[in-house]
Amino acid sequence: MGTSFENDVDAPENGGRRMGSALAPEVRPRSTATDRYQRIADEDRGTGGESLADFLGYFSIGLGLAEFLAPTTMSRVIGVKHPDDRSRSTMRLMGLREIGHGVAILSNQQPSKAVWSRVAGDVVDLALLGRTLSNPDNDRGRTLFATANVLAVAALDVMAAKQLSKQPDTVANAGVDKGIIRTKRSITVKRPIEEVYSFWHDFENLPRFMRHLESVSVTGDRRSHWVAKAPAGKTVEWDAETTEDRENELIAWRSLPGAGVYNAGEVRFNAAPGNRGTEVRVTLEYDPPMGKLGSKVAMLFREEPGQQVADDLRHFKQVMETGEIVLSDATKQRGMHPAKPDNKPVEL
Amino acid sequence: MKATCWMGPKKMVVKEVPDPKILNQRDCIVKVTSTAICGSDLHLYNGFLPLMEPGDIMGHEFMGEVVEVGRDVKNVRTGDRVVVPFPIACGACGACQAKAYSLCENSNPNAWVAEKMLGHTPSGIFGYTHLTGGFAGGQAEYVRVPFADVGPFKVPEDLTDDQVLFLSDILPTGYMGAEMCGIKPGDTVAVWGCGPVGQFAIASAYLLGAEKVIAIDRFPYRLQMARERAGAVTVNYEEVDSVPDVLKDLTAGRGPDHCIDAVGAEGHTHGVQYVHDRAKQMMRMQADRPIALREAIMSCANGGTVSVIGVYAGLIDKFPMNAVMNRSLTIKTGQCHVHRYMQPLLDRIQKGELDPTFIITHHMPLSEAARGYDIFNKKLEDCEKVVLKAA
Repeated sequence: MGTSFENDVDAPENGGRRMGSALAPEVRPRSTATDRYQRIADEDRGTGGESLADFLGYFSIGLGLAEFLAPTTMSRVIGVKHPDDRSRSTMRLMGLREIGHGVAILSNQQPSKAVWSRVAGDVVDLALLGRTLSNPDNDRGRTLFATANVLAVAALDVMAAKQLSKQPDTVANAGVDKGIIRTKRSITVKRPIEEVYSFWHDFENLPRFMRHLESVSVTGDRRSHWVAKAPAGKTVEWDAETTEDRENELIAWRSLPGAGVYNAGEVRFNAAPGNRGTEVRVTLEYDPPMGKLGSKVAMLFREEPGQQVADDLRHFKQVMETGEIVLSDATKQRGMHPAKPDNKPVEL
Repeated sequence: MKATCWMGPKKMVVKEVPDPKILNQRDCIVKVTSTAICGSDLHLYNGFLPLMEPGDIMGHEFMGEVVEVGRDVKNVRTGDRVVVPFPIACGACGACQAKAYSLCENSNPNAWVAEKMLGHTPSGIFGYTHLTGGFAGGQAEYVRVPFADVGPFKVPEDLTDDQVLFLSDILPTGYMGAEMCGIKPGDTVAVWGCGPVGQFAIASAYLLGAEKVIAIDRFPYRLQMARERAGAVTVNYEEVDSVPDVLKDLTAGRGPDHCIDAVGAEGHTHGVQYVHDRAKQMMRMQADRPIALREAIMSCANGGTVSVIGVYAGLIDKFPMNAVMNRSLTIKTGQCHVHRYMQPLLDRIQKGELDPTFIITHHMPLSEAARGYDIFNKKLEDCEKVVLKAA
């Protein structure tokens, strides 16, 4: 027992050392297979705690806007009985500071520093509330209530900041300091791996299932020219190079310098267990114009990159398995349409 | 063409709309001869299922004549008389190859919405919300049928529309409800709901060897049909204090070996629990009133099967999981994998083992669809099943 695993791989739960298998050799899973899936599982590590930070980011922006746009009301809320110009401008200043925290948290892929800055802001708030409390003209009850609220939020801030500070250095967190957005999706296609790989390998096929692409043309050995649709009937174009190509296993590409938006992609293929076809896993990374904040705004309009990759992969599966992208009367155009025939053209 | 359009809850209008066109090369266009209103259409009619758009064409039970085929359809020709299964299935994905057609992985163009609401997506369905694809339905003069090389089922000329129309949904659905029970000789089966699917579940339980079937409903005319046409022992739940107690009496304390919920989201009962469920549903705090399902679980014999073929739309309340776990119950459910059952059930119809026309109480022209919905929903004129004649 305990001798079958020679290679110490990244096993986070026990400091990298492997325990012996409890399973007899004849029923033990092949470590090469489980290692690959464990790596896929580990890639998602370090993405926890983001949703609390996001909440705090939106909270900052909301509160900041209220403080900046309605300083008199907000001063009254925290117990200042007769807001004067000075309390109003302090309130506005604090509002700007809050908005700053929010934007910093939301636009940064790893917002631990930004959340710590909120903790510092909480200290400033508490000091100002202390001063408000010392003025006997003010409404003590309201100020104490406001103080309790700030303390509660401060506790959340510390929690989020601590969570984010101990984020492990996983694939999901790589490149975050440079503001790179990474997204990944996967799908199972019930076709042989050779067929799935070779269809994808011909980049000129990509626009058949990636609806934001107008065309891709192969311009050289490892070079290709990409034309994508942009709002208002415009297009964006860039050149890309294939950085890695392993038959029936992996294709990777990235945009060349001069592309408007840096983007890179990788697709991995492996045979799905039990004749289920081929597992296709796509990772895309790009440098959005406004960082994470920009991608969050786009998300409101369902243009979030993860969703787009998911749609593309589903269309890829449809093309591979059924021959074309499946349409209905309601979905042949963008936006909501009733499920009834009409004379409008198909737009994907 | 004329089509039955959903214009809002309880607002069905037969309107003039553009004719359907081939959108994918494996489509065909069917000129509808007969189409029916399904009990699950009433969930849409009453506004209980989300993601409808005013203008949506209704209908997922239909048959007719193929009048146009797409370039890639080789096995269906213009002029073929076909019944179309309600789930849309591609025939090529993992689910279709496992004959789980209502789980087709490719036929729902709104899969992303379904994934958000249900975790994963089921197949597309004709005329049945945008959650299952936004496909125009068959309560119309013409309908576009995707994957025409997989779905449409050719039927012999010597059988009438009424004899084969229900192969599109409710006959296979009732049959699958009984089949999922794994009935053994001597078994007692209880069926909640004596609508068309319930009637077919009762009949199918007998076809599959049940010793006796007990049917539960509240409408005397439906109970009479279940008793006299399908052969059930009937219980009117409004006339008894407790359905589980009556079922215990009928099985000498064991409970029915298998319980089929052919009711779904809009169950009724008397008493406080019903008022509570109804109120929560109206306040959108729960999507469904799972009354039949709760009763089925509480009634079912130890180690028995609860087979759910009634449609559910969302979250439910007070699900007696303790009864399911501690008493080793098996819950089986699913939208029917219709394609699987069409040939074997057609064989049974041809051999005279089952005459599915017994449920039809109303024939009317397509133009009167709105009236059909109204009487079916309100259970007026002893309405059990409305067949609309489109041509």
